[in-house]
Amino acid sequence: MEIEGEHHPLDEYLRADRIPHIWCPGCGLGTVLNGFLHALEETDIDLKNLAIVSGIGCTGRIAGYINVDSYHTTHGRAIPFATGLKLANPKLKVVVISGDGDLFAIGGNHFIHAARRNIDMTVICVNNYNYGMTGGQLGPTTPLESKTTTTPYGNIEHPFNLCHVAHASGAVYVARWTALHARRMKDSIKEALNKKGFSFVEIIASCPTTYGRRNKMPTGLDTMKYYKEKSVIKHGIEPEKADIEIGGEIIVGKFVDIEKPTFNEEVEKLIRRFHK
Amino acid sequence: MRIEFYNGNVASAEGAIHAGCKFFAGYPITPSTEIAEHMALRLPQVGGVFIQMEDELASMAAILGASWGGVKSMTATSGPGFSLMMENIGLGAMTETPCVIVNVQRGGPSTGMPTLVGQADVMQARWGSHGDYEIIALSPSSPQECFDMTIRAFNLAEEYRVPVIILMDESVAHMSEKVMIPDEKDIKLVERKKASVPPSEYLPYKADDFVPEMACAGEGYNVHVTGLTHDEKGYPQATSPEVQEKLVRRLCDKIRENEEKIRDIEEIEMEDAKIALVSFGISARSCKSAMKKARKDGYKVGIIRLKTIWPFPEKYFEEISEKVKKFIVVEINYGQIKLEVERMVGRKKVVLLPKMGGDIHKPEEIYGKIKEVHNGN
Ligand SMILES: Cc1ncc(C[n+]2csc(CCOP(=O)(O)OP(=O)(O)O)c2C)c(N)n1
Ligand code: SF4
Ligand SMILES: [Mg+2]
Repeated sequence: MEIEGEHHPLDEYLRADRIPHIWCPGCGLGTVLNGFLHALEETDIDLKNLAIVSGIGCTGRIAGYINVDSYHTTHGRAIPFATGLKLANPKLKVVVISGDGDLFAIGGNHFIHAARRNIDMTVICVNNYNYGMTGGQLGPTTPLESKTTTTPYGNIEHPFNLCHVAHASGAVYVARWTALHARRMKDSIKEALNKKGFSFVEIIASCPTTYGRRNKMPTGLDTMKYYKEKSVIKHGIEPEKADIEIGGEIIVGKFVDIEKPTFNEEVEKLIRRFHK
Repeated sequence: MRIEFYNGNVASAEGAIHAGCKFFAGYPITPSTEIAEHMALRLPQVGGVFIQMEDELASMAAILGASWGGVKSMTATSGPGFSLMMENIGLGAMTETPCVIVNVQRGGPSTGMPTLVGQADVMQARWGSHGDYEIIALSPSSPQECFDMTIRAFNLAEEYRVPVIILMDESVAHMSEKVMIPDEKDIKLVERKKASVPPSEYLPYKADDFVPEMACAGEGYNVHVTGLTHDEKGYPQATSPEVQEKLVRRLCDKIRENEEKIRDIEEIEMEDAKIALVSFGISARSCKSAMKKARKDGYKVGIIRLKTIWPFPEKYFEEISEKVKKFIVVEINYGQIKLEVERMVGRKKVVLLPKMGGDIHKPEEIYGKIKEVHNGN
């Protein structure tokens, strides 16, 4: 769909022929995509060498809208696919963008091991507290007591604190923002993109259609107001102290930024032993 | 040319190295582990990457990613791990990703007999992932064939852009024999067709002769690759039955229509045979000694050894059934290739000599069956 005479500043990054996207009105995913592309614009990354990998879910559809080499894989397997891509072609900047369920339920094992190995990639998780794509079921980040289609009486499972998981698994960069923090989110994504090793950015984002509606935040705007009221910036805090509870404060900020040799560097060292 | 003494697993790994494989991702499992171990040893020497993943789901996903990163990639496993790979084998078929999967078959189902032989993953190799698709599967009977067929598997994967499965079995994997390694110049390698037009004209899933040209990551083509039903642009069209019809037909037909080119069958003493032993892998070796003895005793028996298992050589069986009276299918399972043979030649002409796993057929059992069939019992 092309509008005569109108040009969006991010057009060069988008597959314009695939817009309009599939996301609902009030969904936080557009904000995340926008933040990601603006972050990209501020880096020196050559788009030719950028590859985006997604799993399955509403968030997983992001890969298909960005005009670079993009891979929409299977549910949970974006990270191992991205691992193969990066190891086969170390020139690539590999970014995984996927949902909370995709990366931390079905794909949780891959997340912790890629972080442990310090595979050189940026992982962006859009945490909308539920499984949007399949209609709003419980996910690994659904707060206690939340109503979802599979927790009709309220969630009785303890959720993951994703930044704590990332930190404990060995990620070299860990940050969390909400979709309300558009500028700070962009800055963190930029830092993560420029970081060598396994970097992780969690973005808490609205899903009015399947989560908000059942949890007293029926519109995107309600969710934004909630984020505004509840978020507290605490840079450098121990990620384990940043648990998320319904109605409680949402601690955001940059939590971890350290240096560590990457898997790729170790592989290169090994290969050099045979090819002097 | 040089001669080595290798077991089937090591021979297969060496075949991969000689085929130009530069990426291996795997998870240890008996009886395939020596392949991973040998690749860990060899890949750094040739500038490649070995990675031990956290499971077989990850291993399969990683080799697909590596293939899109532009290199030849492989994994190796056995039954339980093969089961875990199924979803991403489907992704490989759907996205037309060249890669090689070795499945060293052991006794199943489930954990079954980890250290002993089986041949019961034949149907899983063909039908294991959901939906309609075709793959290629090869079955070696010796370490030499493990080497040769691994090279062929890479060539077929590159030519047809499809996951190719090597259906090895524990006996062949662990038997050591002489393996002739040709000089590099004598090994014929096939490489995937690269995008031949500029990015503005390129359609990643447009195929003139069934197989589209492939543009990998970093080549400047901005390709979108998805497991969703997609059009020639690679864009999702998940609600269009027309796009689905065209895509799935092509994914299947690119293999079906090339069956005769992919086909590899060894016929032994089939010129005048009235009884044919149909077999593959280690079982075909047991057939050989049985056949020799039977021939000596005057029975007109031959062997059809399937080196390519999938796509199944349908036309071949249709034709040969005009002169062969009975087919004895010798396999270490409870009747899998037998179903395929029956489908082509009719149930009345087929006799199964099964084994549930853990042991190979003894030539005397096969000889006994030949006699029985000959005598019309
Ligand atoms: C193996 C497998 N199991 C289940 C599904 C169904 N499924 C699709 S998306 C999804 C959950 C997505 O949730 P999340 O990752 O949080 O993404 P969101 O839609 O919320 O952005 C599920 C369960 C699937 N596609 N594949
Ligand atoms: S279901 Fe939720 S996550 Fe999915 S597009 Fe709609 S609002 Fe966004
Ligand atoms: Mg979600």
